Amino acid sequence: MPLVSAENVKAYYHTSAGSVKAVDGINLNVSRGEILGIVGESGCGKSTLASTLMMNVRPPLRLVEGKISVDKYELTSMKRKEIRSRVWGIIISLVPQSALNALIPITKTQDIIKDVLKHHLKNLRREEIKNLAKKRFQELDLPIEVLNMYPHELSGGMKQRAVIATSTILNPKLLIVDEPTSALDVSTQKIVLKMIVDLRRRGIIESVIFITHDIAILRQISDKITVMYAGKIVESSTTDEILENPIHPYAKGLINAVITPEREVKKRGLSYIPGQPPDLLTPPTGCRFCSRCELAKDLCQKQEPHLTEIRRDHFVACHFMQ
Amino acid sequence: MMFSVHNLTKTFTVGFFRRKAVNAVNNVSFELDKGEIISLVGESGSGKTTTALMILRLIRPTSGEMFFEGKNILKLKTREERKKYWRQVHGIFQDPYAPFNPMYKVDRVLYQVFSLYDKQLDRKEKDEIVKESLNAVGLIPKDILGKYSHQLSGGQRQRIMVARCYMLKPKLILADEPVSMIDASTRAGVIELFMKLCNDLKTSVMFITHDLGLAYYTSNRILIMRKGEIVEEALAESLLEHPQHPYTKRLLNDVPLLCSKWKDF
Repeated sequence: MPLVSAENVKAYYHTSAGSVKAVDGINLNVSRGEILGIVGESGCGKSTLASTLMMNVRPPLRLVEGKISVDKYELTSMKRKEIRSRVWGIIISLVPQSALNALIPITKTQDIIKDVLKHHLKNLRREEIKNLAKKRFQELDLPIEVLNMYPHELSGGMKQRAVIATSTILNPKLLIVDEPTSALDVSTQKIVLKMIVDLRRRGIIESVIFITHDIAILRQISDKITVMYAGKIVESSTTDEILENPIHPYAKGLINAVITPEREVKKRGLSYIPGQPPDLLTPPTGCRFCSRCELAKDLCQKQEPHLTEIRRDHFVACHFMQ
Repeated sequence: MMFSVHNLTKTFTVGFFRRKAVNAVNNVSFELDKGEIISLVGESGSGKTTTALMILRLIRPTSGEMFFEGKNILKLKTREERKKYWRQVHGIFQDPYAPFNPMYKVDRVLYQVFSLYDKQLDRKEKDEIVKESLNAVGLIPKDILGKYSHQLSGGQRQRIMVARCYMLKPKLILADEPVSMIDASTRAGVIELFMKLCNDLKTSVMFITHDLGLAYYTSNRILIMRKGEIVEEALAESLLEHPQHPYTKRLLNDVPLLCSKWKDF
């Protein structure tokens, strides 16, 4: 049984202008021990999907339809209070996009860890908490002095690592990280990525959902890639398969727009996807990518393509897949 | 040599009680030929933007000299002289919001360019030039003119900045992280447009970026900057094949690649 399974999940932002369909009918499975990368442009619903998967839905965001289960819990039928005390931090942890800024300027790292531990394990003594934090930091090769420091004393990379270490202190089964490295330099980025892989290797966490817009990072760390566009999944498969045989025009476009210092990339040249993603208040009736797609025909405007398995473990939603 | 920089240094003094000198840029020298494209690559805090600001004469260097077409640009005294310099050396910056005043329509950013022109044009001629340059950067004038900056996407805004370059036809463009804030899918379009424009106009470009991929893709020559100093300078191909400085080696080793996986992971 997969660790995470989401069926036909729809989560809309209800605004005065109408509902913004940020996550619109997503089916997703994450196996145990897997790192799943979710990639897409900004505004395609990646971060909304992350909040929805851990059922952190608060107005104006609302879950409209769907079933989400993680481990043995069916989140969609639980109350928020129950999820808060039994799931968050223990089964699922989320490191949101601007997690670096979430550190409280007047709180030492160890006190933030204390807050997390105290919330779930009420009768833990001060000493025990300190020892737990120390042990975890040693395990992950983080300097122990960091525990006794304030956020302004830490570098960006160290802050991010401290945040990840804090959020995994209770050994959650699933870690969701949202653009954890987009503000970091390349060398720091690699250190943070290494830490995430290390957490899984040591069995502290089981699976990771890694949200990013950078496919080159996913090449390095993910087992599978899911490509999202305008609130829907357009393609999903193993990392190698997606990068070597992309089928959906959007996935192809994203890959061909990546620039890395490599001879192959320079030879291939750059291409880009014209236009902009559709307004999710009134998404087009047919294929959502249709207005930017060069393959688009009449059919694409009328009928929505469904995600179909074209090869083993390779799903594509396009009318013109070979 | 069209443009050259000799021993450029900028020292900032920080601290109120305990004064401390920080060498943001330390003895930087390089040269740039006509039509050449180079990249200054460095991580955050390496002093690359400070270098750009000094070249544009927006801040004054502590010491060093810069020559543009034989003229010492630190000795430009009058506003007229500086205006003439800015007409030939133009900057594009990272944040596609920053150049736009949200209170005004985006037209203003384009029409302001005319203040750098030598001759006075009437309204009709100006309109023609603006329309022509918007077309040249792949924008439809009627979609852009009369709008406010928040109504446009990051890609569109950055294209408008390229349109400004087209209007000025400068001899050197300093592009400081021109695409780091726009989405990957549109980024490639802006880069291609930029390269084509510079090729057509035979403009020299200096990219200032942290992105080795962008540097390698666009430039003839790459300068690697670290802690205010240039640690390595090489042709793009040879930098990739045979990096010399340990810092360059580390950067190349740590950049995530599309076609191969990290070996030490």
